[in-house]
Amino acid sequence: MTMQTNSEDLQRQSLSGLFWATCRREYLLSFRRKSDLVNPLIFFLMVATLFPLGVSPEPGFLAQLAPGVVWVAALLSTLLSMDALFRSDYEDGSLEQLLLSPQPLFLVVLAKVLAHWSVTGLALTVMAPLLGLMLFLPAEGMPGLMLSLLLGTPTLSLVGAIGAALTVGLRKGGVLISLLVLPLYIPVLIFGSSAVQAAVTGLPLGGYLALLGALLALALGLAPLAISAALRISMSS
Amino acid sequence: MPDQLLTVQNLFCERDDRVLFNRLGFSVAPGEIIQIEGQNGSGKTTLMRILSGLSRHYEGDIFWRGEPVEQVRDDFCRDLLYFGHQAGVKAVLTPQENLRWYAALSPAINAADIDHALEQVGLRGFEDVPCHSLSAGQNRRVSLARLYLSKAPLWILDEPFTAIDKKGVAAKEALLLRHAQRGGSVILTTHHELGIRGPVRKINLDQCAGTST
Repeated sequence: MTMQTNSEDLQRQSLSGLFWATCRREYLLSFRRKSDLVNPLIFFLMVATLFPLGVSPEPGFLAQLAPGVVWVAALLSTLLSMDALFRSDYEDGSLEQLLLSPQPLFLVVLAKVLAHWSVTGLALTVMAPLLGLMLFLPAEGMPGLMLSLLLGTPTLSLVGAIGAALTVGLRKGGVLISLLVLPLYIPVLIFGSSAVQAAVTGLPLGGYLALLGALLALALGLAPLAISAALRISMSS
Repeated sequence: MPDQLLTVQNLFCERDDRVLFNRLGFSVAPGEIIQIEGQNGSGKTTLMRILSGLSRHYEGDIFWRGEPVEQVRDDFCRDLLYFGHQAGVKAVLTPQENLRWYAALSPAINAADIDHALEQVGLRGFEDVPCHSLSAGQNRRVSLARLYLSKAPLWILDEPFTAIDKKGVAAKEALLLRHAQRGGSVILTTHHELGIRGPVRKINLDQCAGTST
């Protein structure tokens, strides 16, 4: 009996060890390849810089557009970074080792996506108030913007990873990811930017945040399984 | 036959309308080293990927310890070490970091042995050097260090000696022989003439191709 609990303990330990080892590896990888790290953030910032130049620098007009522009920019820069998620693992053979490991694949995949999110989505969320300021978003809108991005960007990463896993075996997968994944991004975009708009006009935003949370819960539960299956299909060809 | 580790029956694989092998059958007993031979493009890597479970594009049956491999996938993965065409080494990580992640993937491996394994493959002093500043052969050696760490009975090695110098090849051959003497099995492809004096069996894929049957 005690033997059994011991081995169960050991297994749990090795599973959480695997989770953290994968996170650690992903952080090391992204901090040693700094260009991949800053690319989405620069893109995010560039959209906000160019937008007033292209449309109109008038504060009232920009404030109206701000929720949508920040959200679209966040969505596109997440999408931009998605292609690299499994690409290098595929090219150097790490992905084969991952698939042949006796450890549960969805756990490694979840760790990879969460690590990826914390250097893209979370960083975008932290940067968002700056963009809000640049686009004259009223101060009342800031909490709504941060909260909606905090709940919405992990969903974008999880769903985007399904597309990345499906297209990793193709040479030009980048375009295909956008086609596969964009329709699934639309609900997140609608509820996200609506939450910001509600916050600006002083309406309650609990409902929007609850919907974003529900989408996140759904993605957190189902996406790792879909990503694992997609990786197996991609590798099997 | 439960005393066989791996049994392959009636294996058929076709790629781009070309039959790579047809009615291929063999079994691997504990302590056996099997060398898959064949010219370039004869399907050696494809066969290795099928045997390891990466590729499902085949017809036929594969049994692991007498059970269909699909049903005992977890046990099979635990008992398998696969060394693929790409070494699975991350260029921006150091050899130590690469192997540490590998140890997390295979719970049977003791992470404390990593330094010893790196010493065995001649990478002592390079533990903390990023792999992109190592040579091609040294990168392969980082991956080959897994052979010293592994406790898995079945090794599937696809061209393990590419870019390895003569002395390194001799050391690896001795390692393969030791693994076989301990009751493990090895399936490997290589264009090197194996210098192992022992239980090496050769399977030639050129004779299994659809065109010659």
